[in-house]
Amino acid sequence: MSLCLAGARVIDPATKTDKCANVYIDGARIVKVGRAPKGFIADETIDLRGQILTPGFIELGAHLREPGLEHKATIASESRAAAAGGFTSVCCTPDTVPVIDNASVVEHIKQRARSARAARVLCLGALTHGLQGDVLAEMSALKASGCVAVTNADHAIRDTAVLRHALAYAASYELTVFLHPLDYWLNRDGRMHEGAVSTRLGIPGIPEADEIIAVNRDLTLVEETGVRAHFCRLSSGRSIALIARARRAGLPVTADVALSNLLFTDRDVGTFDPNYHLRPPLRDRGDRTRLRTGIKKRDVAAICANHEPHDADAKATPFSLSAPGVSSFDTFIPALLSLVERNAFDLSTAIAAVSQAPSEILGLEAGSLAADTPADICVFDPAREWVVSNDSITSAGKNTPFLHQTVRGKVTLTVIDGRIVYNTNG
Amino acid sequence: MNQQLDEQGRLKHFLTIEGLSRALLTEVLDSAERFAPVGERAVKNVPLLRGKTVVNLFFEPSTRTRTTFELAAKRLSADIINLNIAASATSKGESLTDTLRTLEAMQCDMFVVRHQNSGAAEFIADQVAPHISVINAGDGRHQHPTQAMLDMFTIRRAKQHFDGLVVAIVGDITHSRVARSEIQALNTLGVAEVRVVGPKTLIPTQVEALGAKVFNRIEDGIAGADVVMMLRLQQERMNSPLLPSAQEYFQAYGLTERRLKLAANDAVVMHPGPINRGVEIDSAVADGSQSVILHQVTHGIAVRMAVMSLVIGTHAAAGAS
Repeated sequence: MSLCLAGARVIDPATKTDKCANVYIDGARIVKVGRAPKGFIADETIDLRGQILTPGFIELGAHLREPGLEHKATIASESRAAAAGGFTSVCCTPDTVPVIDNASVVEHIKQRARSARAARVLCLGALTHGLQGDVLAEMSALKASGCVAVTNADHAIRDTAVLRHALAYAASYELTVFLHPLDYWLNRDGRMHEGAVSTRLGIPGIPEADEIIAVNRDLTLVEETGVRAHFCRLSSGRSIALIARARRAGLPVTADVALSNLLFTDRDVGTFDPNYHLRPPLRDRGDRTRLRTGIKKRDVAAICANHEPHDADAKATPFSLSAPGVSSFDTFIPALLSLVERNAFDLSTAIAAVSQAPSEILGLEAGSLAADTPADICVFDPAREWVVSNDSITSAGKNTPFLHQTVRGKVTLTVIDGRIVYNTNG
Repeated sequence: MNQQLDEQGRLKHFLTIEGLSRALLTEVLDSAERFAPVGERAVKNVPLLRGKTVVNLFFEPSTRTRTTFELAAKRLSADIINLNIAASATSKGESLTDTLRTLEAMQCDMFVVRHQNSGAAEFIADQVAPHISVINAGDGRHQHPTQAMLDMFTIRRAKQHFDGLVVAIVGDITHSRVARSEIQALNTLGVAEVRVVGPKTLIPTQVEALGAKVFNRIEDGIAGADVVMMLRLQQERMNSPLLPSAQEYFQAYGLTERRLKLAANDAVVMHPGPINRGVEIDSAVADGSQSVILHQVTHGIAVRMAVMSLVIGTHAAAGAS
């Protein structure tokens, strides 16, 4: 099967491309961006004039809920939602039931993902057995079964000695560790950012010190063990400075920010709206500004959807009792474009943060439109307006603050390995 | 849009002091003044809420708040049911939403709600059918608006007005829903200064944004104060990472006669109860001439009658129009 994606504005930060061009695909790989290669005959040509074509997005941490939490979502529903949101590869977090701490769970997920025939699913293995923070997970076996990195997800490890050993052990197998910088004790009771809003609402706060202490601790352990570490979902402006300093000192560390933390602040919790109950918490305006600057200056390389679909009951409860998280695949592009429109950073930086950067963090071949790389492509119409509703959201999780709002920007075509998995173009 | 007001700005629920105008708070106080004599009569009821059913929906134990709501409802001639729902019952079985649906099916008119989670009253008001009023009897650390109003009533009776008053709230501000409601009510009613007094472990972050000045020494905090409100120190805060012991707390923050002399000569002493004698307040002060603690309890009934009749009145007006 050969494909010609015609006439879109092609933006590919990895090859420093930003021009109107055709993209030629043969089989599973990109042949060329630009003029037709000699003798190329397209089986199908799709007219994409007026739209933007980029490398497929790569998600660093989505909760697909299967196995174990199928009442919230399934691999099939969420890999389809990912594709509808322009994501071609999705890392699934290990906090499933059972936990991804052995090869059989990885096999199960891979098999489910294959039969869904939507976004590619990459497993993040557990760092400790059952994410309990006591016994190391079988990281060598997890790596052999295809896990792209190991992580304890957002389950804070109480015992620093265990964390230190886990990082050293992961380093032995050259595994990348995804670290959620959390201090077990400071994080335990809080439900939102500790500040003026948590004081007004009487909601137990998560102090900024939770993240700062953990980032400092983890950087010290990274330096000592030499492990390649990726810091997930930074929420505090001060963490950005710590990561930037460590990178300048030559430590093998990268970081990402969840899109929600770039969009909202603790003020948006307003009067207990559970759709703004997130982990990490939405912090204050100063933090949000510094996170945006971190992306702009590329001190933080990646933006993460941090997709967490929930059933309706999980949010139909007072704020503190509600399950944290937002379903974000479907609204990812309009939300990202709204940040570009507000001059948080430019479009090329935004695209790099969801394609090139996560690809480099994971060591994947995808994430660029270079010739002879996998044909993973996202096309979106930046001007198309649509109403976010239970029906227009592909994800099984309808928990989004954008519900009932009109947003601008819609993914219209997603290609994975040269195969069209989502297409709303005529 | 304030969830507890209708289009005309009248109270349809009573959930929080936040966002309520000085005029509205004054209306509640004036209305309570009219209800206060009912309790002093031989026949202690008026037929305002006859035929209405009020449910005391308590997810957290309470004696005095529940009892005064019950008395208030009875003095308004309403039928009242007390439901004490242990937290475990809802967490194990029925969801909060299902509990509400069940009670609605029993054709109740008003829920008086106490819940251990901040925002629960707002959540419930959002869930119930439009003809049902919700009164917040305390949600987590968030608000206890009727307690604040009965304290305002007590202050107004003692001081006649709010202008120029200095009010010190002493104790565990962090975990206190009473304190949050008081700070907002006092500022709305126009006192000169609201102070919060306690060790840094019991003062919440950026409480200044609510309109309170922070003092860590009680001697500084109550100096010249017209009203000293002592908060109850919960048992679980003593011998915790927040406080070493009840004894040390009393040494540093207990209201004694000697310390009370630092306040204004005619200062009144208040406490939402129940009192821990010898922990936050000395018996001599609690039972002394400046204490209005028992008045607070009595006023609680009149204030709750006022709030109940206001919100039901709003619903009746909405039904008629």
